Amino acid sequence: MMTSKPASFWTRYANPTAFQRLSNQIAPLAGGAAIAFIALGLWFGLVASPADYQQGDTVRIMYVHVPAAWMAMACYTSMAIASVAGFVWKHPLADVAAKSTAPIGATFTALALVTGALWGQPTWGTWWVWDARLTSVLVLFFMYLGYMALWSAIDEPTRAARIAAVACLVGFINVPIIKFSVDWWNSLHQPASVIRANGPSIDGSMLRPLLLMAFGYTLAYVWLLFVNMSAELAERRAARLLAGARPTATLVAEPAE
Amino acid sequence: MNKKQKRLAFISSSLVVAAGAAALALTALSSSVAYFYTPSDLAAAAEKPTGNIRLGGLVAAESVRYAEGADARVDFVVEDGAHRTQVTFVGVLPDLFREGQGVVVEGRLAADGSVAASEVLAKHDETYMPREVADALKKQGVWQGEKPGS
Repeated sequence: MMTSKPASFWTRYANPTAFQRLSNQIAPLAGGAAIAFIALGLWFGLVASPADYQQGDTVRIMYVHVPAAWMAMACYTSMAIASVAGFVWKHPLADVAAKSTAPIGATFTALALVTGALWGQPTWGTWWVWDARLTSVLVLFFMYLGYMALWSAIDEPTRAARIAAVACLVGFINVPIIKFSVDWWNSLHQPASVIRANGPSIDGSMLRPLLLMAFGYTLAYVWLLFVNMSAELAERRAARLLAGARPTATLVAEPAE
Repeated sequence: MNKKQKRLAFISSSLVVAAGAAALALTALSSSVAYFYTPSDLAAAAEKPTGNIRLGGLVAAESVRYAEGADARVDFVVEDGAHRTQVTFVGVLPDLFREGQGVVVEGRLAADGSVAASEVLAKHDETYMPREVADALKKQGVWQGEKPGS
């Protein structure tokens, strides 16, 4: 926590106008960079990289699948961190960030599940098995959906944020289970290739497109997060204006200047 | 405790409780969370599992026998270094199926300890490399992966 300089970063962007200014600058930059990195990653992954010694060209599904699965877990982790910040320190943007991350994370999870099925069919010989890895990722997908359902079921934002934050954190237990499921139990899914004890077990020529795609996905997350957060803030402002209410503590205050 | 500390205590204690519950549940369920038995698990089991089981391991070298005749029957041995289990299967094998390859077979455990498989899935390991690199490693004699495929 940045308690040493509380007046700077931690509180500056609690002001919706300041945040909006930041968002307007970052979103297009992140979006452009995301498109560039994903295009580069797809070029290296689908064209300018070798086929696998065992799987042949089927291995190219990995470049779409593996970073999507990483993002599925990374988005949930971000959501959990934002939920803690919102629940404990009541930072006004933290709840908005958590809420705005959910649909992005759910999309990455769905992408990982679908591309995983498409990869499983030619390599394993099946679209789906109920092994620990696949099942825990499906549970993650339902957690995203449940989290979003909580937000839409509760009208009052502060109450919704509180309940959704607790649900999100309890569900966070699933993230280490996903990560270590392939080490703790026998599973059809193979163990990690990149983030493992003895260094990556993947050839450099194939690691390059994988990391380019992962970077591109991360930038895409940043881009979509800022877009979603701006939309959410605008929606709350509109709701407040429609209700004819004065700005409340939900969004701290109007611009100070 | 002020309000902020109370909220922090609430959220961390609920996280600890949930983690404890999950750990207990998963430990209790560990045998059913495991997707397959290994031949050693079967050998060590005091009570042989009945009904459909899944068995995982490597296809033993020189154990694959394709039966003569019209039915696409294949016999092979699944091993895990310590124990071996005989498997019979009728049907289409996945592309990655070969001797030395990891597989998971699903089927019925017979009284003699063999498995009549209704499904064979290929497992692959976490190593990815171009064919040229695999060939070079084999040539240099530093190959550590599965036995060379056919």
